[in-house]
Amino acid sequence: MHLDHTHTHDGPSAVGADAHRPDGSRRALRIGLGGPVGSGKTATVAALCRALRDELSLAVVTNDIYTREDAEFLLREAVLPPERITAVETGACPHTAIRDDISANLEAVEDLEDEVGPLDLILVESGGDNLTATFSKGLVDAQIFVIDVAGGDDVPRKGGPGVTTADLLVVNKTDLAPYVGSDLARMAADAKAQRAELPVVLQSLRGEDGVTAVAGWVRERLAAWTA
Amino acid sequence: MPTPTPSTTRAALLVLADGRFPAGGHAHSGGAEAAVRAGRITGAAELEEFCRGRLHTAGLVAASLAAAAALGVGPAPLDAAADARTPSPALRRVARRLGRQLMRAARATWPSAELDALADRFPKGAHQPVVLGLTARAAGLGAEDAAYCSVYESVGGPASATVRLLSLDPFDATGVLARLAPEMDLVVGRAVEAAWRAVDEGVDVLPAVSAPLLEIGAEAHGGWAVRLFAS
Repeated sequence: MHLDHTHTHDGPSAVGADAHRPDGSRRALRIGLGGPVGSGKTATVAALCRALRDELSLAVVTNDIYTREDAEFLLREAVLPPERITAVETGACPHTAIRDDISANLEAVEDLEDEVGPLDLILVESGGDNLTATFSKGLVDAQIFVIDVAGGDDVPRKGGPGVTTADLLVVNKTDLAPYVGSDLARMAADAKAQRAELPVVLQSLRGEDGVTAVAGWVRERLAAWTA
Repeated sequence: MPTPTPSTTRAALLVLADGRFPAGGHAHSGGAEAAVRAGRITGAAELEEFCRGRLHTAGLVAASLAAAAALGVGPAPLDAAADARTPSPALRRVARRLGRQLMRAARATWPSAELDALADRFPKGAHQPVVLGLTARAAGLGAEDAAYCSVYESVGGPASATVRLLSLDPFDATGVLARLAPEMDLVVGRAVEAAWRAVDEGVDVLPAVSAPLLEIGAEAHGGWAVRLFAS
């Protein structure tokens, strides 16, 4: 219907979902990580950075609720050089900044590509939010929803947009399951029922495999993006 | 027989004035967070005084800049005029950041050659009221519409932020805005009058009133490690 509306695309930064940068090069793949407070989003981002930083050029955008703690954790852990980590302030509403009004996040990802690019991958982490918080398709190309066994093993059964629609569901901290009385098999079955063919990873970052499965999923996404 | 007033742009005005218009405003308190921390806003009565002060100072200046941009006064001189009227470096940065965010939303919403030219000239953002005025032009709106958006933002932002900061009753916060409406009308009138003068006489005739506590508060707020809002 609007085949002639490419004129909105020739200036810099006009449309966030464009797959190409103003100079015509392909922009970085953007993957969002959301989920409830304390489920291990930042720890997963840190582990992904360690797993992928030697093979990919990557950067991280954090969306904290009222501090810069997530960004500072990543800086302290030195998972990436500081110029590759940007904190977006969300006015107490991370879900607004990742879904309803994505302008500050788009600016952050574009500035990262301008200043430290070329980049292969940008991880956009949401501040801990509720089960309905999902990323706009104008901001990310795929999203990971991170929940944990200690947050209640009924979370997959309850569903919600994050659990049911995220491109990857991660059930984190499986090592804690025996201590908090969570039934991993039930969580996996409920997640499967909610998500049909969409993948689920059960992970313990303290275990031997760590973030391997999620890193593998990210590599597949990247291969599809650059194909 | 009188012809009916064309109202073809009224809906566009609502789109632009809507607080949900995705241009980044939700992360900013318009100085309310600093005022709450300093104990100057503790309830609806103080919020009203804060908003009244902002409306007649920063609100008037912003509205006149927006109206002048909507009338076609050049964005570069207007941006310089905005700088000159914004002593706090923190507030200048915020104004440009919000201008950049609005520029993105406006170009996606109402594509126009003027907005493209603005983005080329100010890739990291011009002052938000200047972008707002050009956005109004792109949307087919006039100077008065741009001024209305600007004055409403100048009080609407702090009011909704205070609801979050103090858990203020949202009906009380909205009541504050309703009570300020007649004053908003007056400020829009002054802003548009000044903007028309600027068309002939240059940007120096635009209002240059300031609110020192807003400027000082913004500088302090910019240094906080823990805050809910970006400004």
